[in-house]
Amino acid sequence: MFAGLDIQIPRGKITAVMGPSGTGKTTLLRLITGQVPADSGDIQVAGANMRAISRSNLYVLRRRMGMLFQNGALLTDLSVFENVAFPLREHTDLTERLIRQLVLTKLQAVGLRGAAELMPAELSGGMSRRVALARAIVMDPELLIYDEPFVGLDPISLGVILRLIRRLNDTLGITSIVVSHDVSEISKIADQVFLLSGGKVVAGGTPQELQTNPTEIVKQFIGGLADGPVPFHFPAPDYFDELLSRKEVL
Amino acid sequence: MFKELWESFTDALEGLGSVVHFLFRLLVHSPPALLRFSLISQQIFNSGAFSLVIIMLSGLFVGMVLGLQGFQLLQRFGSEEALGTAATIGLVKELGPVVTALLFAGRAGTALASELGLMRATDQISAMEMMAVDPIQRVVVPRFLGGVISMPLLAAIFSVIGIYGAQLVGVQIMGVDSGSFWSQMRSAVGLSDITEGIVKSIAFGIACSLIAVYQGYYATPTAEGVGRATTRTVVTSAVVILFLDYLITAAFL
Repeated sequence: MFAGLDIQIPRGKITAVMGPSGTGKTTLLRLITGQVPADSGDIQVAGANMRAISRSNLYVLRRRMGMLFQNGALLTDLSVFENVAFPLREHTDLTERLIRQLVLTKLQAVGLRGAAELMPAELSGGMSRRVALARAIVMDPELLIYDEPFVGLDPISLGVILRLIRRLNDTLGITSIVVSHDVSEISKIADQVFLLSGGKVVAGGTPQELQTNPTEIVKQFIGGLADGPVPFHFPAPDYFDELLSRKEVL
Repeated sequence: MFKELWESFTDALEGLGSVVHFLFRLLVHSPPALLRFSLISQQIFNSGAFSLVIIMLSGLFVGMVLGLQGFQLLQRFGSEEALGTAATIGLVKELGPVVTALLFAGRAGTALASELGLMRATDQISAMEMMAVDPIQRVVVPRFLGGVISMPLLAAIFSVIGIYGAQLVGVQIMGVDSGSFWSQMRSAVGLSDITEGIVKSIAFGIACSLIAVYQGYYATPTAEGVGRATTRTVVTSAVVILFLDYLITAAFL
């Protein structure tokens, strides 16, 4: 899927990874987090080689990471409060009182302290993602990974998530990696952007540098043009030949 | 033709190896999971308590049918008093474990498989892994052990209610002598009969729970994949239950 891909994520910054659908953005996140083993190459996360890391060390490393999944991935049999408390209960021996205070603090940060007793099925898409964000930061991670955090959100929820990502980065100094298609929104918060296509980085730099990048693929992606280096049509036989053929089914 | 047969055979062998490997992982993770018994008791409640009504109703009806059929058969030989013995041996050794396991696979097994499959499809399993929580230990093992513990208890309840059903029809309706029904049952049914029933229900519990959690955990994360996993759970469980039933029966002869 990748060939000659070389990306460096600076500590304490927000790095956006963008690219057309199917370029492997989510796969890249899974490689970084060790969810998928790499066939070749070298992936270093906080000094650890992800290709050689043992399962126990991977779990130790993951305690320093948080990940926000596209759909929130809340545990559906637990309430909002218990979802956020889940990593604390699994990894710490904190008292119930302290767990309550930590969970309420994180829920307050995402504006959902009042929804603590609700179940995931009772939440909207935006609320689910904010709860998932509270859960992702409850262990105070050093690295936060967001997989398409803006998909399917209304403008209000989108703005809330956008500001939360920036605020978390500014106040806690968290290193953030955001995978997104949303050029205009991501430009508002990212410190640097990488554009992936064809298994490698085709452009990188600040959002402003990307806006002025003259290469065709960047112009197509930023401008949202239907055709260009990334074809609109999936490879297929000639259109007219297919329409005029006597075949009744494909 | 030969090549296809060979591929089917190797696929089946690979599948069996994968299930055995999965069982080994579950067993390795079972001792630490036992330390958090609240997670297991929650699953005993989900698998066991929610299956109680269907198990008790089925046990009652199976026992009543056994009472009727047994009475008709035994009446031909003038030995209606043996109805208690016949019904109890039939229930404790055979019908109790087998029917309970089939019902358990349909009720609790499908629920386990679809729950785990949906957890996979909605990234809940991946989210746990990202939180450095082993889903096998936190989610799969408690469900597996909950099923293994529930099954023998449900089979025992099925058999007891079934005996009561047989007594209801045989004694209360068909007029078999109550004293003969109970005393013949007590003298003829031995510990080995009960042991056979217990061994079967434990084996079926392990098989049904293992198949359900395996199918659910490795379900393709789509609506179709979860549906297929649920169907495979019932079909595979039914075949394995009947195969194991034959093996254990033969072993106890």
